Amino acid sequence: MKAKIIRKKDISGFLDRLIQAYRVYAPVMQNGYFLFKTIKSGSEASLNYHNTKMSPKDILFPQSEVLFRYQLDKRGVEIDAPAQDERDLVIFGIRPCDVRGIQALDKVFSKNPKDPYFEERRNRTVIVGLGCKENHNGCFCTAVGGGPCADDGSDLFLIDIGDEYLIRVISDKGEVFLKGEDLPDAETQKIAFAAVVAEKAQDALRPCVEVQGSEDILTQRFNDPVWDVISEKCIGCGVCTYLCPTCHCFDICDEAVNKEGKGIRIWDSCQYPLFTRQASGPNPRDTVGKRMRQRIMHKFVYFPDEQGMLGCTGCGRCVIECPVNLDIREVLNILLRTGAAR
Amino acid sequence: MKNPYFPLPVRIENVLVETEDKNIKTFTLSFIHKENEEQFRYRPGQFAELTVFGKGEAPFGMASSPTQPGFLEFSISKVGVVTNALHQMSEGEILGIRGPFGNGYPSETFKGKNVVLIGGGFGFSTLRALTNYMIEETNREEFKKITVIYGARRPGFLLYKSDLETWQNRSDIQVFLTVDQDDIGWHGKVGTVPVVTREVAPDAENTYALVCGPPAMIKYTLPVLKELNFPNERIFLSLEMRMKCGIGKCGRCNIGSKYVCQDGPVFSYAEILNLTSDDIF
Repeated sequence: MKAKIIRKKDISGFLDRLIQAYRVYAPVMQNGYFLFKTIKSGSEASLNYHNTKMSPKDILFPQSEVLFRYQLDKRGVEIDAPAQDERDLVIFGIRPCDVRGIQALDKVFSKNPKDPYFEERRNRTVIVGLGCKENHNGCFCTAVGGGPCADDGSDLFLIDIGDEYLIRVISDKGEVFLKGEDLPDAETQKIAFAAVVAEKAQDALRPCVEVQGSEDILTQRFNDPVWDVISEKCIGCGVCTYLCPTCHCFDICDEAVNKEGKGIRIWDSCQYPLFTRQASGPNPRDTVGKRMRQRIMHKFVYFPDEQGMLGCTGCGRCVIECPVNLDIREVLNILLRTGAAR
Repeated sequence: MKNPYFPLPVRIENVLVETEDKNIKTFTLSFIHKENEEQFRYRPGQFAELTVFGKGEAPFGMASSPTQPGFLEFSISKVGVVTNALHQMSEGEILGIRGPFGNGYPSETFKGKNVVLIGGGFGFSTLRALTNYMIEETNREEFKKITVIYGARRPGFLLYKSDLETWQNRSDIQVFLTVDQDDIGWHGKVGTVPVVTREVAPDAENTYALVCGPPAMIKYTLPVLKELNFPNERIFLSLEMRMKCGIGKCGRCNIGSKYVCQDGPVFSYAEILNLTSDDIF
């Protein structure tokens, strides 16, 4: 694998050059926390962060998006696609857990029939991942098959080696992307040092739960009353699903004034009671327990079954931000460790 | 790339009040652009998302058969925002349609076999489509004995009165109509669909059973079919879940790892028993 070197103090200038040609998303500090934002200058970005409060999934799958505009007339209806931003995108400094989140969204939206909105943006996106040197409260990527320096899914991957970043060139797209930049090749010892950094970070984050083989246990416990017990304190706010890098549920709404309107897609959540309620009344998921069961089963049983990967990346946002301190790691441990009590 | 989220424009050609309470109407729609009709090739049991512009979309099974080209029919019960708006609409007005979605009834698997179609309420609409499909001149000989069992609360709640009459006048299809509560002039049976099924269902040998109706009807009909020795692989159910995108992305219609909008809405009972499922019927 090719590797390049960039000095930390040169990152800002590097981003400034990127901004000329791309729409660049990078972590930006705002109101005391980090978010991925479109930057206008390299100095706005900071790579010295744990993770962003929201996952960057909204870059490819916006929280609210116009699917089409329409105009009704006597003869019918005229439907137009919204204009797309013509610049290619760069997601710069995204953490490995969130790259996996994008890989999960790829499975959903790029599967036939393809989602044209996601697909169009995704094909024009370069992903520059950033390895984690240390983990923080809530992190559990190593328990779900990821790692603090897992570079798969990134086009380029940065590892902090002191005053410099080692840039691993992962994909052809990444290689093409770096073409115009005159960055030195990494020396063997720096490549080796980056590997040590990665290994150390990996070792420091012991898996907190064993999810391998959990599909069978969770499926066996589908009708277990344990779900009602676990979900007792859940208030159904849905923040876990909004912050989750893999959650992809949405609703399609219609907004109109007179004869003109638009079809809009907005994020939705399986944790809301109306999510599955039919207009005629029946609701297959009519309790908090059933809705939490859906969330856990989807991530750890259905998604692997359907898409061949877990629907959880261990980013820990749902753990950190849950208003009633429901911890998905504890939930899994209860479900997987206490056995099928019947 | 064809955009699966764009509704195709259709015009309401006719609106027919089906039930005595006037809460179910059948809408006849035609495509405004002929090429869209070509794109929209469907099979009985599939569904579409209808758009009432300004109100939103909702999913409905096609009540018409693809053997009747030139129009689509949907029987729609007035229950929510979209369907209430639809019921206010009349001939000449414009709707949007996306689809067709889902698998439909697996008619090729029961070619050369007997078929019993068991429906209740307005869940009967896609079975009506299938019946019309199977009895169409060129298709009829593909299937052996066809039996229809269709029930409603009262005679005034049976849909498709003219079709029922046509079918009853044919010798190559047996039709049993039943109501929970009869009226003056009612010549059919009185009793629930499961009870009538036990009484009139054809021999299970070489027979496929197709069931669509309200959850309670499905729940009590399944044990009857088991009693009559129908194997799980030869019982097909059309399931209902709230659906939105129709293409397996929006995440609301899953039953276990299956999306009703893509893998269904028609499943064999054997498949359903293998799913980890919420209470669906």
